[in-house]
Amino acid sequence: MAETVRSVMARNTWKENQVLRQILGICSALAVTNLMMNSLVMGLGLMFVTSLSSLTISLLRNLIPHRIRMIVMTLIIASYVILVDIFLKANLPEISKALGPYVGLIITNCIIMGRAEAFAQKNPPLLSMLDGFFAGIGYTLVLLIISFFREFLGFGTLFGYEIPFVSFEPWTIMVMPPAAFFIIGVLIWISSNLFAPKGKKKP
Amino acid sequence: MFDNAINPMIIFFASILTSNMILSNFLGMCSYISISGEYKTASGLGKSVTLVMLVTTLINYAVYHVIIVPFGLEYLQYIVFIMIIAASVQIIEMAMDRYLPDLHVKLGIFLPLITVNCAILGTTLFMVIRDYNLLQSAFFGFGSGLGWWLAISMLAAIREQMAKTKLPRGLAGPGIAFIITGIMAIAFIGFSGIFNIQ
Repeated sequence: MAETVRSVMARNTWKENQVLRQILGICSALAVTNLMMNSLVMGLGLMFVTSLSSLTISLLRNLIPHRIRMIVMTLIIASYVILVDIFLKANLPEISKALGPYVGLIITNCIIMGRAEAFAQKNPPLLSMLDGFFAGIGYTLVLLIISFFREFLGFGTLFGYEIPFVSFEPWTIMVMPPAAFFIIGVLIWISSNLFAPKGKKKP
Repeated sequence: MFDNAINPMIIFFASILTSNMILSNFLGMCSYISISGEYKTASGLGKSVTLVMLVTTLINYAVYHVIIVPFGLEYLQYIVFIMIIAASVQIIEMAMDRYLPDLHVKLGIFLPLITVNCAILGTTLFMVIRDYNLLQSAFFGFGSGLGWWLAISMLAAIREQMAKTKLPRGLAGPGIAFIITGIMAIAFIGFSGIFNIQ
């Protein structure tokens, strides 16, 4: 089945959203989502790494020996992550500090490896890059949704700005870890009801 | 390097209880959710993670302070760490196969999975960022591994019982696993007054 740009877009952004439907890349999705700004930066970073590493792996797909492909992919991904890390340290030092080890942990983010393994290996470069890009967009969307609830209810702000006309006691639990688990649990529940094939029982 | 003289024992208990890798740092979630269906498997994975975490933390500590810092190669640290983790997992697996075949039969299938477990790389990065010394790193690596093991076995035990329960459509599987984890995380917040290492 030939994949078109449209089908790649629909699949990676909604129908098979990497975070909610495939349960990949959860670690960073939960850890950085207490503020919307951090989530946005993290999402952009991941988008950059997935699209470029998918592009590179797809360009090299006929040259990489099959047996050692995992390690080659990890190296390619790690080089792009280093670029992101250096960029953040130079231009956004505060956010880089807040994200802490989670920038480095993009390397082990299963989304990138998953896209490389499942798609970039068998498809032409440009399509693979789009595939990675839209997977990144899906990830960013989920991060923004989670952090919207967490920042709005936890701090009463959005992107660090106070919201006018709304004042309530902030829910401290929202900035703590448990709330992240609850929100993602509920989001997975909603999305599996929306997108799961009807009538088929999921294992 | 010694200006943060936190007692290693405090780091050890804090990394199990208050800064649990899963419940408060969200690391290693992928395998935590996907391999927690059955208690025995989950516990086996937890044991392997503990072993690998201790070993790789020590190796990475040595490499970081002997090679990376003196030569000013900090920008290469991610590549170096991930390669060391991949290589040492491979070596542990081969050594286990040779000297401890019984253990290898039990834990061997999990070892390749561990390379991409973010908790391992995360422990190393936390160690570097918090600037621990050798003893602190050892206790931190071991404690984080035990904490990971504790969390995944608890979740697996609960999910084994959940399998008999009827759930709303779409909630079964990962959805309910996250909500259970959230409740576990609330319980672990109760420990947070005892130690603090952030």
